[in-house]
Amino acid sequence: MIAGLFNYWVVIILMMAGLYIVMSSRHLVKKIIGLNVFQTSVFLLFISMGKISGGTAPIIADGFTAYSNPLTHVLILTAIVVGVATTALGLAITVRIYEAYDTVDEDDIAEMDIENENKETAVSTVVAKNT
Amino acid sequence: MLVATVIIIIRMEKLMSAVLMTSFFSLIVSSIFMVLDAVDVAFTEAAVGAGVSTIFFLAAIAIVGRVSKPTQRKKQILPLAIVLCTGAVLMYATFDMPRFGSPDAPAQQHVVPRYLNESMAEVGPPNIVTSVLASYRGYDTLGEVGVVFTAFIGVFLLLGAGTRKSGIERTANPVAGVESMRQSIVLREVSDLVIAPVLIFALYVQWHGDFGPGGGFQAGVIFASGIILYALIYGIVPAQKLIPPRKLAYLPAVGLLLYAAVGVYGMLMGANFLDYDAVAHDPLHGQHYGILIIELGVGITVAAVMINIFFSFSERSL
Amino acid sequence: MIYQLPAIVLLLTLLAAPICSMIRNGDIAWKLAVIAAWLSVAASMALMHQVWGGNEISYHMGGWPPPWGIEVRIDELSALVLILVTLFGSLVITVLRESLRTAMRSHRHSLYYTTFLLCMASLIGITITGDAFNVFVFLEISSLSTYALIARGRDRRALTAAFRYLIMGTIGATFILIAIGFMYMVTGTLNMADLAVRLPEHADNRVVQASFAFFIVGIALKIAIFPLHYWLPNAYTYAPKATTAFLAATATKVSLYVMIRFIFDVYGVEFSFKQMHIDALLLPLSVAGIFIASLIAVFQSDVKRLLAWSSVAQLGYMSLGIAMVNVAGLTATVTHMFNHAMIKAGLFLCLAAMIYRLNSSHIKDLAGIGRSMPLTTGAFAVLGAGLVGIPLTAGFVSKWYLINAALENGWVILAVMLIISSLMAVAYIGKIIDVAYFKPAPAQHKDVKEVATSILIPCWIFALLTIYFGIDTRLTAGVAGRVAETLLGVGL
Repeated sequence: MIAGLFNYWVVIILMMAGLYIVMSSRHLVKKIIGLNVFQTSVFLLFISMGKISGGTAPIIADGFTAYSNPLTHVLILTAIVVGVATTALGLAITVRIYEAYDTVDEDDIAEMDIENENKETAVSTVVAKNT
Repeated sequence: MLVATVIIIIRMEKLMSAVLMTSFFSLIVSSIFMVLDAVDVAFTEAAVGAGVSTIFFLAAIAIVGRVSKPTQRKKQILPLAIVLCTGAVLMYATFDMPRFGSPDAPAQQHVVPRYLNESMAEVGPPNIVTSVLASYRGYDTLGEVGVVFTAFIGVFLLLGAGTRKSGIERTANPVAGVESMRQSIVLREVSDLVIAPVLIFALYVQWHGDFGPGGGFQAGVIFASGIILYALIYGIVPAQKLIPPRKLAYLPAVGLLLYAAVGVYGMLMGANFLDYDAVAHDPLHGQHYGILIIELGVGITVAAVMINIFFSFSERSL
Repeated sequence: MIYQLPAIVLLLTLLAAPICSMIRNGDIAWKLAVIAAWLSVAASMALMHQVWGGNEISYHMGGWPPPWGIEVRIDELSALVLILVTLFGSLVITVLRESLRTAMRSHRHSLYYTTFLLCMASLIGITITGDAFNVFVFLEISSLSTYALIARGRDRRALTAAFRYLIMGTIGATFILIAIGFMYMVTGTLNMADLAVRLPEHADNRVVQASFAFFIVGIALKIAIFPLHYWLPNAYTYAPKATTAFLAATATKVSLYVMIRFIFDVYGVEFSFKQMHIDALLLPLSVAGIFIASLIAVFQSDVKRLLAWSSVAQLGYMSLGIAMVNVAGLTATVTHMFNHAMIKAGLFLCLAAMIYRLNSSHIKDLAGIGRSMPLTTGAFAVLGAGLVGIPLTAGFVSKWYLINAALENGWVILAVMLIISSLMAVAYIGKIIDVAYFKPAPAQHKDVKEVATSILIPCWIFALLTIYFGIDTRLTAGVAGRVAETLLGVGL
């Protein structure tokens, strides 16, 4: 009973650790690292699901009868690609954020945004007074 | 081991080491995939997770700096609560899951037996993953190429490609500390030895996907790593002389169109979209050619996209 | 030709995208994009014609029968969503050239059209597919292209908005992936019709229950159902002008469509409502969402942000319709999905036209615009009336069904609350109309002129459609009614 589920439990711990990194870090790059860990653990879940004890890789050859599930492998191949695509785009946005704000710390950016908004409203009230 | 690695990532404040630990994490996961008989997936995870995405991370860190501030205590509580809740739901679900490795699990029944038993006769390649990927679920794979293409267009739109006039010798390199790499004779000699075999290996993987693990996607990534390695050692400029970025920017679209063209050709021949039976006179031959061509499309797109994205990042850091 | 339509409707935009990226000349790329987009409108109209009256089309990708291959499945609901995506997308892409001219250097234009087309293609892909994993793949294309589109906004805050959306969106997508994995674990299939047959046997299985929970949270993140709307206001506010119109019209609506499809078709009414009691969760959240978001909208001084908050509130109406679990409620949801997409796209487009001239979306700068830009403001006013739900506009039809649904369940208080919430919409739309017509124009905007006809025409098409669908409801409420009956399994 325990042995049959132990694998899934480890995967869940990994998934949650990844999710925790995403939500708790203030550094944008580290958030993306967290996403990576989270997604990779989900891949592990799928592959665990497809494993058959005593099976072999799903390449047909003489002398084997039990093969692991090829479908989950295909799904995860696709998902890995999706993951790296997201990572690349996320990093590109991070780089642009750094160029615009000169920081990639979430709290600092939020502070600068609030400052910015205050300034904008201040300007518009001045304009309103003048007119 | 895995759990320990992840905990180290959480605690790590130096980004450089966090990235390297993530790469290490991917490598372990890919060996686990290997143990779980998912050879194709292991191959891809090693090439992508431990390879290409690590390079992207490093390139980005070279731009944005390496240190992250420690998280304040009070801000950790909410994420922790959410994570624990989610984890609890997952744990709750595990008790009704089929046992690990059980051949009677529903996941192994219903759809999969046809792939295992019929694919040799219906599609051809002994590697069932290739048959399912390229033929049974070819539409998904088209979508996957679409995702890669979208990421490329997105990065291109945001960062611009490496299309600045080359020819001016640039001093800095994308990854900090690489400057010294160019002077290092050992590195240079070794990489000279390695790059050519890497590129040839990529071609081997491309055409061998029918029989062993591999295929267009893995080949594309490996090919890209070869070029990226060259760029790291010799600098971006020579690499861009080798592969002009302007031309490179066309290639992702070419790959995607090649893939779709096979499908459209099938439609013109009166079959459904992506039905390769109609590509040649004999269905099995049709499947064979169809898969070869679409794998080539995948390979072209993936390799070109990865190199393009790398160039985009490195142009920014100069 | 007719037989191949389900593939053609997707391929038009999906193939035009890479070709567009190869054309360096922005104008030619734009022409190609417009042609492809309008052809896909024609294709979706033709598909609607085929499924009209409750037929279904099933198309097997690669010639493999489901559940082994991937099936494309089109019924009236998906055909309606198809028309929504293609028609409103094409209208926006038609004005995109004019709107980009000032915003971006010209050599980037073709890339922008490419991204736009990719987004459209992927939304079409999500709508027509009959395969659970395929939904995930196309959802990711649409998400990635949306992130890129938002990040191109002029303000630097567009970047943070896009990043925030990327993080939330990816978590949502990964949750959906987990849900799909769990479903597959229990049933061994990925085809949605096949899942619908096989899931009920396992209704007591905890894996299915967990998959339902993950799916709902994941897709709710994408739809931005209150309280998971955190990413939406900023994303809409800072996205490039015309793009906001497209995103507001399509992206969240298609996610909502996926939610309806899974709740009613895949998991089934019995499981979703009788066993998991999703209605008990959706009902209070929707009502809270409607009120809180409307209240926030009333106090916004930036019109773009105001409309964004109003979107959150309107999404509340749609999820409320689902939570009613009766035919009228679901009819309201589907009708409102279409109507709101049309109205909000039109409003954002008119606003984009105003910003184009004023360079600001602050409500003070809109003062007197009713006189300097009478045609644009006129369209805005008509669409605003639609948003409020004045009779003879499309907005009225959907609210009518929603109130009927509430009364049918005997929830009189809810019906009253709905009327009150409409009054709040009067407040925030009225605020803009008031400023536009009755305040003197500030000195720096004295010589503001009307925008070009090429922008005005789409604005007025949206406005006229709003009135048209307020009178002729065959396409919207008619289809929605039949769809609701099928989904709820009554009247068969």
